[in-house]
Amino acid sequence: MTTVSSAEHTRRDFLYIATGAVGAVGAAAALVPLISQMNPDASTIAAGAPVEIDLTPIAEGQIVKVFWRSKPIFISHRTKKEIDEAKNVAVDSLKDPEPDSARVKSGHDQWLVVIGICTHLGCIPLAHQGEYDGWFCPCHGSQYDSAGRIRKGPAPKNLPLPPYKFVSDTKIQIG
Amino acid sequence: MSGNSTYQPQSKVLQWFEKRLPIGGLIHSSFVAYPTPRNLNYWWTFGGILTMMLGIQIITGIVLAMHYTPHVDLAFKSVEAIMRDVNYGWLLRYTHANGAAMFFFAVYIHMFRGIYYGSYKEPREVLWILGVIIYLLMMATGFMGYVLVWGQMSFWAATVITNLFSAIPGVGDTIVTWLWGGYAVGNPTLNRFFSLHYLLPFVIAGVVVLHIWALHVAGQNNPAGIEPKSEKDTVPFTPYATVKDGFFMACFLILFAWFIFYVPNFLGHPDNYIPANPAVTPAEIVPEWYYLPFYAILRSIPDKLIGVLALFGSILILAFLPWLDTSKVRSGRYRPLFKQFFWLWVIACIGLGWLGSKPPEGIYVILSRLFTLYYFAFFLIVLPLLGFFEKTKPLPNSISESVLGAKA
Repeated sequence: MTTVSSAEHTRRDFLYIATGAVGAVGAAAALVPLISQMNPDASTIAAGAPVEIDLTPIAEGQIVKVFWRSKPIFISHRTKKEIDEAKNVAVDSLKDPEPDSARVKSGHDQWLVVIGICTHLGCIPLAHQGEYDGWFCPCHGSQYDSAGRIRKGPAPKNLPLPPYKFVSDTKIQIG
Repeated sequence: MSGNSTYQPQSKVLQWFEKRLPIGGLIHSSFVAYPTPRNLNYWWTFGGILTMMLGIQIITGIVLAMHYTPHVDLAFKSVEAIMRDVNYGWLLRYTHANGAAMFFFAVYIHMFRGIYYGSYKEPREVLWILGVIIYLLMMATGFMGYVLVWGQMSFWAATVITNLFSAIPGVGDTIVTWLWGGYAVGNPTLNRFFSLHYLLPFVIAGVVVLHIWALHVAGQNNPAGIEPKSEKDTVPFTPYATVKDGFFMACFLILFAWFIFYVPNFLGHPDNYIPANPAVTPAEIVPEWYYLPFYAILRSIPDKLIGVLALFGSILILAFLPWLDTSKVRSGRYRPLFKQFFWLWVIACIGLGWLGSKPPEGIYVILSRLFTLYYFAFFLIVLPLLGFFEKTKPLPNSISESVLGAKA
């Protein structure tokens, strides 16, 4: 048998590398279904269709909880005092600076619609509690104001806004 | 495994078998003739106790899985059916639930012992890291098992722990949705947790085999922290270690039985007897006691990402312990300064555990921050520096001298 110095490339080296590469691509392709099966399935996605909510039964000062995509949505019918408080905060002083106007739809100042999941670790904050006329999270003490903005505690962000629009003055569609 | 076997089966059948698969010799050299240091104290019995606990958890777990239904509408009911209808179901479930707590209790003693006596030092680094991997797997398994009950604490523990991954910048939310299999913790989550909770104990068992293998290659550490030099320093595993381990296992089982039969719910949270409700977070959520120190570390930091990093870092830092401790002396017995810092660290760990059960406000937050700071300082400042500044006590010449005095 002839010996080939290791510095020299042979056809056998090429075969080794080509075989290894095909094997690696095959293994990666096999991982796709194995990983993808853990993502939300078709029925879960279908169940996430938009929902319509009638606002007429919600009294001023009341906060109701509805579910969309198995997430709780808070709909707050804000009082004049709560709106004023939300508007009169110096935006720059906030942890996640957003003016009140960016939190509601224009012309519907009294309606605040937010996803009711604490942006810290996913607990559901309690309404009308805490120092800012908004929400208080019982898990790790985050506090949100009447515009759902983070004011105190470990949560990094404001309560997120779900995609929604006013179908009429008294009806919204979430999703 | 190491050591020359002196296994000589008497019967012709066993001799025939041994020639084809020398498993008898392997068992003999590992658990009978295996030389153990003669000065091992009772802190060294927890390895055996942990193996026993893993066995108990696997056996009770397999049986419980015959009666449990991993579905959001049926899980809680099936657990209650186990408690009320299944023959001895209450005993099996209480054994499994309290068994998890006893398992963690034993592993903490095992880890504290390893740190005090420097069992992670050369040549036992791989042995130690395998132990850290087992501990991580135990944490994942324990957490997912707790979720299976599908009570309020289960649901919200699942929510909070999976949300830890949302702290990852950019892809955090995608990863969390993938973990859930939905837009919140739900049926897909419960189903996969059941699958993994069944799988992981067997993975643990596999890593335990590697852990014991590495132990038998490096040999056991001992309270003097010096290697055996002559036959006088060791005794055979059987009967010495077997009997000692067996005796202390029995003592441990008495404590275990007391929990099962007298205070089976003492370590649990009453809210977990309320079925899971995705619409209401309980007023006060706390993890099981064995996760409390890490929970306190998470809460002591006011920033989400840094808090999560500190939580994982506090566990992963253990894997680097062999290189963070610069002292050449293994055993804390001969390290007067280390001893004090070590006990202070134990106090910090227990203190963090206590603080994790308290609401995150006022003095509790301040204390959590102090203890968290010390927890990390112990690894990152104290241990690296002590090796250079500490004046250690003289080591005995041999293990037998440390037991019998210089005359022997």
